[in-house]
Amino acid sequence: MGFYELSSLFLNITFFLYLIATAFFGLTLGKNRESNKKSKAIKIAMTFTIIGFASQMTSYIFRWLQAGHIPVSNMFEYIYFFSMMLILAFVVIYFIYGIPALGLIALPIAVVIIGYGSMFPQEISPLVPSLQSNWLYIHVTTVALAQAILSISFIAGLLFLIKRVDQSQSSKETTFLELILFGVVSTIAYIILSSSFGAMDYEATFTKELEEQTVDVTYSMPALFQPHDSELVTEGVFNSGIETPGWMQGADAGLKLNTLVLSLTLGGILYGLLRLILKGRRVSALLNQKFDKINPDIVDDIMYRAIAIGFPLFTLGGLIFASIWAQQAWGRFWGWDPKEVWALVTWLFYAVFLHLRLTRGWHGKKSAWLAVVGFVIIMFNLIVINLVISGLHSYA
Amino acid sequence: MANETIRCECGHENKEGTVLCEACGKPIEKNQHIDGNDQQNVLEMRYEGGARRSQTYKRTFVDKIWAFFSSVKVGVWLIVMTLIFSALGTIYPQEQFKNSPLPSSVFYEEEYGLTGKIFYQLGFHNMYDSWWYIILVALIGVSIIISSIDRYVPLRRALKNQKTKKNEVFVKRQRVVSFDNELSENDLNTLKTNLKKQRYKVHEENGHIFAEKNRFSRWGPYVNHIGLIIILIASIFRMFEVMHIDDYVWVREGEVQAIPGTGQEYFVENNEFIYEVYDPETEERFTRALEDVENPVPKNFQTNATIYRATNDPVLGEKPELERVTEGEIRLNQPVIFDGYSLYQSGTQVESEYNSISMELQVNDESLGGFTFDTDEAPSEFNLEESDTTITIDNWYPELEFTDEGPSSFSKYPRNPGIIFTVSSPDLDEDERFFYLQEEVIPLADNNQANVSVSDVDRRSASGLTVKKDNTLPLFGLGAGIFMIGVLQGLYWYHRRIWIHPKDGSYHIGVHTNKNWYGMNQELDKIRKGTNVKPFVDQQEMK
Ligand code: HEM
Repeated sequence: MGFYELSSLFLNITFFLYLIATAFFGLTLGKNRESNKKSKAIKIAMTFTIIGFASQMTSYIFRWLQAGHIPVSNMFEYIYFFSMMLILAFVVIYFIYGIPALGLIALPIAVVIIGYGSMFPQEISPLVPSLQSNWLYIHVTTVALAQAILSISFIAGLLFLIKRVDQSQSSKETTFLELILFGVVSTIAYIILSSSFGAMDYEATFTKELEEQTVDVTYSMPALFQPHDSELVTEGVFNSGIETPGWMQGADAGLKLNTLVLSLTLGGILYGLLRLILKGRRVSALLNQKFDKINPDIVDDIMYRAIAIGFPLFTLGGLIFASIWAQQAWGRFWGWDPKEVWALVTWLFYAVFLHLRLTRGWHGKKSAWLAVVGFVIIMFNLIVINLVISGLHSYA
Repeated sequence: MANETIRCECGHENKEGTVLCEACGKPIEKNQHIDGNDQQNVLEMRYEGGARRSQTYKRTFVDKIWAFFSSVKVGVWLIVMTLIFSALGTIYPQEQFKNSPLPSSVFYEEEYGLTGKIFYQLGFHNMYDSWWYIILVALIGVSIIISSIDRYVPLRRALKNQKTKKNEVFVKRQRVVSFDNELSENDLNTLKTNLKKQRYKVHEENGHIFAEKNRFSRWGPYVNHIGLIIILIASIFRMFEVMHIDDYVWVREGEVQAIPGTGQEYFVENNEFIYEVYDPETEERFTRALEDVENPVPKNFQTNATIYRATNDPVLGEKPELERVTEGEIRLNQPVIFDGYSLYQSGTQVESEYNSISMELQVNDESLGGFTFDTDEAPSEFNLEESDTTITIDNWYPELEFTDEGPSSFSKYPRNPGIIFTVSSPDLDEDERFFYLQEEVIPLADNNQANVSVSDVDRRSASGLTVKKDNTLPLFGLGAGIFMIGVLQGLYWYHRRIWIHPKDGSYHIGVHTNKNWYGMNQELDKIRKGTNVKPFVDQQEMK
């Protein structure tokens, strides 16, 4: 077995270990279970988390050995590293603050993120000349670590909101909470869709005229939206005949729209089923009941501290190291490339968070919502900018 | 501006607008609304209750401007606006990235339809250089400066003037407190030892104890804001041409070119251009990935260059005398740096130009000889002595294109050479004309006797080099460094204080930290250890 195969093997093991850890964290749910059973479940869950982390690290090192460079040079590797840092940050926070309820959110999120990442091509890719720089690795790894720590503030914020948003009546806050949960469910739906149609080797190819050239666009899911002005060439596959609107740019616009709509649709169905099972009750209302009591001051503190630590790291990795690399590669340390702009947006956003924390009345729920928005920006950065708006960094 | 002072019962003279006496901390009755202390039990400690100009004077125009810019709310709005506009600018490519020969007024609408047109008409295609974006950032700068001065001055005064002995009200209205402790001499000594162990500085006055640590962390925000201001100043400098050079030069293999932007002082020679791609056969670890892509994946772009410097002041038209300065391999991520200039590998035209074209002449299977056309020299005539043949170059098109007026050259670079030439020879009845294009020779006469063929072509690569010199880099670096120091100072350390206040034989203890109350509480457990101090109470706990 080569390094590459070993790496894949350990990654699969990691995935299952995290799933098991999630299940044990799940056993801490509910009011009726005895507390010593719960603390046993927590211990087991943490053990699996830590073994899982070790296994992920092992897998990562094998990949590193195989590639000959730190594997952070494509989307799969970046997300992989990010999820590893997320778990690391969670474990550290657990040992400082000891709040198991955080694991109940952190692990499922890590699992979903790893699942999402593995939808990208996993081959070890050679480095094009612009990526052959040590500053690049320093920049990317610091950013990933910073983003992982900032994500902890989201996890703490979400926990805070689950416990503190008044669920006795529906309000704007409850609606937004449901929206977040719907987002998570849709990501799971995306993973289900990609992996099941991927296992079937489903393919539907369209041809399309683009700038006087004929290009092929291959869908690996049924086409609800075919590319604008295109023709289906694969036989015997489903096609709705609905075209992607022409103002969406790029050859892959239809593909992206299709994947998005399908994922949201399946996400909606899954979410609807959940609501049906709950007899119409809000999912967040259920979670509110099931989660243990928290100390709101401590969770609020974690949320803030994660940002207080993540913000300087992000400045260093996302702005300073990034500038040094850009200066070295292109002779311009800042060029208003979309990814650079979004790093700036992220940075400004967390600066706003820090300033508002200094203002009276912004602790607690308001901060928590900000932490959620921050995570949305990070995910937007990771997903939308890489996949939709392309710039220098679009190594995906 | 009036310069009234307020005298506290402890005897300290405070500036007008002070909320908490700088010395003893006693709330100054008439100013409690400023920080909202009249509505809550726990005192607002953010600026130590110092007299901020923005909260004190609100009469004149200057006062109002000052108050406006020193408001964090205003600052936050400015940042939020910048953030939103920055994000909006990424919806479609900025003008500089649009990568199309179409003018912007057409491009955005053509490419993205109505939304593209709106994007263009709002000026978002040039967002980051637009005057309103720059003004927005400048306003942030103004806001940072004013708000920092507004707070720094009173904060420093208050921290400098604070006394060990505090007013009872001040101690009791801290967020974390422990009241009515019966403490023995022993307890007090243990407390003091514990405090020192936690690296507090302990002060005593008439039985009052005051412990403090990490005061320097309070200056963090001001330090980081100075860093930001330096960065903003650096960006202003960078707007001026003299501060930086940004130029571009194409150098063909074997060619020496003046480096633009250096005033004909420096020259670069392209000794060799190297282009390598990943080979799936030999790079086994990448085989999997390389099999998936159609085009070869580039591995290296490299120019082996020599840098020269002119030793004399070249007179116009004269060739300068050159002295070798340095030699180097310029790669992506690896510029060559000399005397503050950097040369970056940034463009490549692999074998895109013709160096020379060799042709052979024949008449009735008998050779008349051959000639080599050098594209740089482009001689107008060749004489083949062995057969007394003359070749006259009638027209030379380095980059041939056909327009309505017939053949012409698009540029002076031999990327697609076209040559029209005439052959005269005693072996021919009359002169014959030929047209060389795209490595073929086409006779222009109907019944030509001579036969011309291309025997060899020699191509060359050109390397595009960016020339950079940026005098503002050190300033940016300085600003970034100071910013990082300030941020770490303010966010990784916490200013903590503990007051032990004797009252009628027992002790009240008040505790303040500017952030991280969780850590403070853990530290208090260690400080309380081995003493009779009652558990501390958080008077502001979320329920
Ligand atoms: C991009 C711009 C800015 C950045 C990155 C930035 C950064 C920071 C940071 C990191 C802190 C420390 C926060 C903490 O300790 O929790 C801070 C504090 C502060 N900032 Fe800014 N800032 C920016 C702009 C502004 C602006 C425009 C204002 C104007 C109102 C401002 C006013 C303040 C004030 C008043 C403090 C608090 C000082 C204190 O409480 O001791 N900042 N800033």
